[in-house]
Amino acid sequence: MIEMPHSSQHADHEHGRDSKTVGGFVPLESLLEQPRKTVDIAALREKLAAGRGPTFWRTLEEAAETDDLKDYIEQEFPGLSGQIPQGVDRRSLLKVMAASLAMAGAAACTKQPKELIVPYVRQPENVIPGVPLFYATAMPVAGYARGLLVESHLNRPTKVEGNPDHPASLGATTYFEQASVLNLYDPDRSETVLHEGRLSTWPSFTGRFSEEAQSIAGRKGEGLAILSGVTTSPTLISQMNALRNQWPAAKWYVHEPSVNPAVANAARKIAGRNAFIAYDLSKADVIVSLESDFLNNGPAALVYARQFSARKAVDEGQTPVRLYAIESARSVSGSLADHHVPVKSSAIPAIAYQLAKACGVNAPEAGTAAPEWLPAVAQDLQKSKGRCVVIPGEFQPESVHLAAYAMNAALGNVGTTVRIYEGVEPENTLSIEDLTNDLNSGKVETLVIFHQNPVYDAPATLNFEQAIRKARLVVRLGQMFDETSRWSHWHIPEAHYLEAWSDSRAFDGTVTIQQPLIEPLYGGKSAHELLTILLGKPDQSSHDIVKGYWQSQIKNDFDGTWKTSLHDGWIAGSALGTINGNAAPLPALDMQPISGTEIVFRPDPTIGDGSWANNGWLQECPKPQSKMTWDNVIFVSPKNAAQLKVDKGYILRVTVNGRTVEGPAWVLPGHAEDSFTVHLGYGRKASGRVGTDIGYNAYLIQDAKTPWIAGGSITATGRQMGIADVQETQTMAGRDPVRMADIAEYRKHPDFPTMEAEDKPLPRDETLYYPNDFPYTGYKWGMTIDLNVCTGCSACIVACQAENNIAVVGKDQVARGRHMHWIRVDRYYHGNLDNPASYNQPVPCMHCEDAPCEVVCPVAATVHSKEGLNQMVYNRCVGTRYCSNNCPYKVRRFNFYLYSDWNTQSLYGVRNPDVTVRSRGVMEKCSYCVQRIQEVKIQSEKENRRVRDGEIKTACQQVCPTQAITFGDLNEKSSKVAKLQALPRVYGLLDDLNTHPRTQYLGYVRNPNEALQPSETVRG
Amino acid sequence: MATTEYLPKQEMPDPGPDQILGPGHDNNTVTERIAGIVYLPLTKAPRKWLIGAFISFVFVNILMGAMWVLFTKGIGIWGVNIPVGWGFAIVNFVWWIGIGHAGTLISAILFLLKQDWRTSINRFSEAMTLFAVACAGMFPILHLGRPWLAYWLFPYPNSMWLWPQPRSPLEWDVFAVSTYGTISLVFWYTGLVPDLASMRDTAPHLWQRKIYGVLSLGWRGSARHWHRYQKAYLLLAGLATPLVLSVHTIVSFDFAISVIPGWHTTIFPPYFVAGAIYSGFAMVLTLIIPLRSWYNMRDLITMRHIEAAAKLMLGTGLIVAYGYAMEAFFAWYSGDKYESFMYWNRVTGPYAFTYALLILCNILLPQLLWIRKVRLNITLVWILSIIINIGMWLERFEIVVTSLHRDFLPSSWGTYIPTVWDVATYAGTIGFFLFLIFLFVRALPSISIFEVREDMHHAKHLQHAYEEKV
Repeated sequence: MIEMPHSSQHADHEHGRDSKTVGGFVPLESLLEQPRKTVDIAALREKLAAGRGPTFWRTLEEAAETDDLKDYIEQEFPGLSGQIPQGVDRRSLLKVMAASLAMAGAAACTKQPKELIVPYVRQPENVIPGVPLFYATAMPVAGYARGLLVESHLNRPTKVEGNPDHPASLGATTYFEQASVLNLYDPDRSETVLHEGRLSTWPSFTGRFSEEAQSIAGRKGEGLAILSGVTTSPTLISQMNALRNQWPAAKWYVHEPSVNPAVANAARKIAGRNAFIAYDLSKADVIVSLESDFLNNGPAALVYARQFSARKAVDEGQTPVRLYAIESARSVSGSLADHHVPVKSSAIPAIAYQLAKACGVNAPEAGTAAPEWLPAVAQDLQKSKGRCVVIPGEFQPESVHLAAYAMNAALGNVGTTVRIYEGVEPENTLSIEDLTNDLNSGKVETLVIFHQNPVYDAPATLNFEQAIRKARLVVRLGQMFDETSRWSHWHIPEAHYLEAWSDSRAFDGTVTIQQPLIEPLYGGKSAHELLTILLGKPDQSSHDIVKGYWQSQIKNDFDGTWKTSLHDGWIAGSALGTINGNAAPLPALDMQPISGTEIVFRPDPTIGDGSWANNGWLQECPKPQSKMTWDNVIFVSPKNAAQLKVDKGYILRVTVNGRTVEGPAWVLPGHAEDSFTVHLGYGRKASGRVGTDIGYNAYLIQDAKTPWIAGGSITATGRQMGIADVQETQTMAGRDPVRMADIAEYRKHPDFPTMEAEDKPLPRDETLYYPNDFPYTGYKWGMTIDLNVCTGCSACIVACQAENNIAVVGKDQVARGRHMHWIRVDRYYHGNLDNPASYNQPVPCMHCEDAPCEVVCPVAATVHSKEGLNQMVYNRCVGTRYCSNNCPYKVRRFNFYLYSDWNTQSLYGVRNPDVTVRSRGVMEKCSYCVQRIQEVKIQSEKENRRVRDGEIKTACQQVCPTQAITFGDLNEKSSKVAKLQALPRVYGLLDDLNTHPRTQYLGYVRNPNEALQPSETVRG
Repeated sequence: MATTEYLPKQEMPDPGPDQILGPGHDNNTVTERIAGIVYLPLTKAPRKWLIGAFISFVFVNILMGAMWVLFTKGIGIWGVNIPVGWGFAIVNFVWWIGIGHAGTLISAILFLLKQDWRTSINRFSEAMTLFAVACAGMFPILHLGRPWLAYWLFPYPNSMWLWPQPRSPLEWDVFAVSTYGTISLVFWYTGLVPDLASMRDTAPHLWQRKIYGVLSLGWRGSARHWHRYQKAYLLLAGLATPLVLSVHTIVSFDFAISVIPGWHTTIFPPYFVAGAIYSGFAMVLTLIIPLRSWYNMRDLITMRHIEAAAKLMLGTGLIVAYGYAMEAFFAWYSGDKYESFMYWNRVTGPYAFTYALLILCNILLPQLLWIRKVRLNITLVWILSIIINIGMWLERFEIVVTSLHRDFLPSSWGTYIPTVWDVATYAGTIGFFLFLIFLFVRALPSISIFEVREDMHHAKHLQHAYEEKV
């Protein structure tokens, strides 16, 4: 880093700033050395009105062109002072900046960390270029660990996979973990320490902050506030506890915008202490979800998904689990529900109490009549005592969580399908509301913010942007110079989780040491390192801090345990035990159904609380319910849409307590009537080149008191906007791409998908040509996708994107039908508009044995391998697009422009070196991850053996939380994929075209309650 | 001969639908009139020619601009997407190739069938064929994702030992179109040789005589020359005749070979060929009607020619109508859900208005040509010829776009919206085509001089024989 002349001097002076100074990004003003002369406001007003002043100005001094400003500039940038007030001269400024950037580049060389890390699969001395190493680590998702194995190519992390041994991952991930590696290489990451918007350095910060620490010490911590997200890091919690012991008056506030504190509060009431209520779905026959997206959201979602998919098995005569999803907007879990009941979100507490009553719980009166379907559900629960579970929604109030536990207790589920784990979140933390109050009442002098972005994502009623200015000193540790950093005095670049040592716990308490894969690209720091300054021990690296903490915890054989834990990705025996709960008597209902319009707030499906806004992979990943990209929408029920006379893309005005925001409508079949779902996370003002100024900001109407469900009103504005969705038609239009049957029907006709002759392909030898020309004697690769367990969570889409260097094309190109995903998840609705059944169908390349694309290519750029792969030869492709036209599945993707970013250097790092980065004008498509096949084949040839079953996993298969995708050798009769393709419910998509697809589907089997719905076979 | 007045001063009357040549012509006047158009100094060119040539030149520049943007940015500037991988480019390609059919049909097939009325329009339609094929040939290259690699479609020996893929209809196209282009060029040039020699002998300036002298390949008009010439011309006509049928048959294979409902149809080859001749004659009429008026050639290109072309349009139009009817019939009769949906979507889907326009332009309005009065009304015939050109373009749009935009899986259905660059490229090729036509009428005899003379001679013979008999 180059330091501007005199900057340290200014920093010293800065220290004495009085508390009247307004915080925030006012760089020039605050740095004036001389006592300020007051600006003549009247003269300035006159000057601006006369149009003589600068067009753009940030401070009054700048606008007034006062002499002291000119003096200051002359001192700072000799020769520039004459130019700056007239508007910065671009060339001169660039010259100054270029010099500093060049030096910054020289200082930011990255090398392998000196701390020892342990490869998961191969020893580090075997580092072979081209052969990736896998390291175990974890990504904290809202504080809770997801165990990961991260692929590293010559010390460059390129791809994350779930750690199969980690209890919260089981080998799978969601799309957030997959996309997190792109955040590491985000070209918009903050790269330097900034002081009041100006370049500074870590040493000048530590010097300055150590002094601050001394002054805080003098006050015994009075006025020190630390804001963090939810954390389970034992090291961080111990550091924070040490800090609070040292300075009892220091306060710790926790703000996690996508987490409802009612979940933890209810668990605390039930267990009597910090606890986490988890479910064991492997023993469940009946699941009732009270607006819970348990398969997709929460610390244990991936475990539930695995257990749920195992319970959906039907092929060996099992009766699959039955899921009732009672929810306002269909969730990922709800898309697999046997019964989906749309109800208003605000009606769920009352329904929970009514259901509790019907299950024999002594619940207070709900005050409304029970819906007609409720007795049947209650009866179903009663029938499966001890083998059922009621799961309360993550965003439902405390009463629902208490009622659900009471029901589970009354039904004898506690101990079988319900478990209470010892809590792992820190005790005695305060909320963002407390912080706002303390800021407004002047109790906070020094505010340290770890990672969170409250200026953007605190509910609007708190007006945090005003409150933060009351703090005398705000220090922000963040990966981006975002909304909160703009209002902070110091901005410290935060290390990505792949760059810094830390630790975190899974929901069951299992600890993972998060080992970094790469030295911080931009000298980022961790919260641990920042805290050591306050703890009086600056300059400790996070490696030493984390290792030091565990040294104090692990008494015998520390070195061995440390090494094993790093290698495995978790510390053996660190899981906390289960504890007992107590179904407390239910309090009076804390939420009555909202009679008029209700507004439901949810984190955006792909952008979450907004922290993923600058991630192109997630922006372009079609959102599971709507299949739209690059925007957040307002879910509207079809009936309300008709009333409002709106359709997709019509702009609605949402008003909650007088606050208003406008966003585009999306008509969601099966959405509860008079309920409107708005999505948080968009409308960012400072989120880099990808995420800034897109979508609407729903936080602007969020009320801190009712953050998730609020009464409000909706009006149509009459305006419209373009929306980029990837699936225009969501009905099956008389075709049957998805084939399904009820369980009764399935038992009668296990081959229901191919019952009718027209669904079957012709026999292989019924052709004029040579039917056995290609016998596929070696390997014969094939894939099976089980529609019975696909939740449509879309993790496969992002996993494929990360593995195969798939380009991001942007909203305009998606709207033109040019998105590049090699695997897509089709969504089809079937039935009436107000509550249709919904189906998910992942569609990768079918790798047809008689592929229509191959015959039509004039230059033989797409050809068939002798193992049955339909291959794309990018080098040979001239781009006629004939293959795509002739593909009945439309799985081919074309580079209409140069979509791959060949210029942004930081993005080079994220690319998989085993996969070509495609150029303009060539076709591309799913390759069955041929690079993975080749890697394993080469290994097996070296060992003179055949590839073992399960040895090759495609990226989509590996990430899938429900293991819906199976890949392998069809020639090996004992392989899993061969066995699955021999099942009666297997079918090929558009098989009647005689394409002989290698990708086959397993038909969907529903298990509805006969009391609610007669059995039927639904064909498109 | 070398007068400065090349165009007759007074309006030359049309001799009517029974004559292929106006009265009072002898060998000299024919040469004078036809070559005179070429000899006319640029300053004396008709105002309409100047305006037309200027406007079409503007469009040539638009085409160049559109190509520049296309090559620098990529195919993404067009409206194509997934699922509609082919858009205006292929529509235009098929349309231009279709237009290119009239020339060879008139020169080769009508020559073999000894239809002597063809003589006044064959040269012009052959030139039109060449220019249309040039426009058509541009599109398959422009529409490539990587146009600079277009030569990979040709079977040239290379160190990679890689050859084109012979099962692809696009590969067949390469041969069909390039063969057709070559034969058309040779045929056209062969027919020009005696006329070029005439112009070598009669051109007013030395430099013109030199150019035509080189181009006429030493033609002296000896009996031996004529003998060989006629043999060669007959042979070439024989060679070109099957091409009239084969080119569009093969172009139709681009669609018929595929699996897409709306493309996968055995009726395509004959229906495409008929459509091509239909549009070819329409384009001949669209161009020749204004030209014969501008250059005062009503006595050389008479109502006889125009009526014959109109009758051919009517006939081929009926074959096309039969093709449409069969498409609809088989959509229903096959019982195939994709096929019947495709047809239903064409008629009622988002592009239904193009289908309605297509039926109006290609089937309903041309039925007026049954009426002789309409056929003899020059304005009406000209308007109808333009309508048929539009209709034939819409037909190709229907086939390419509406079949692709909704095929098998509803999840992949999409919409195709052409962009300004699609339109600019299309309009640019029309400009390019017209500009070449404008240059052609100024540089070469647009009517075959020697063949008109020959016809005149035959007519005189017949007249003489008739008189003798009487």
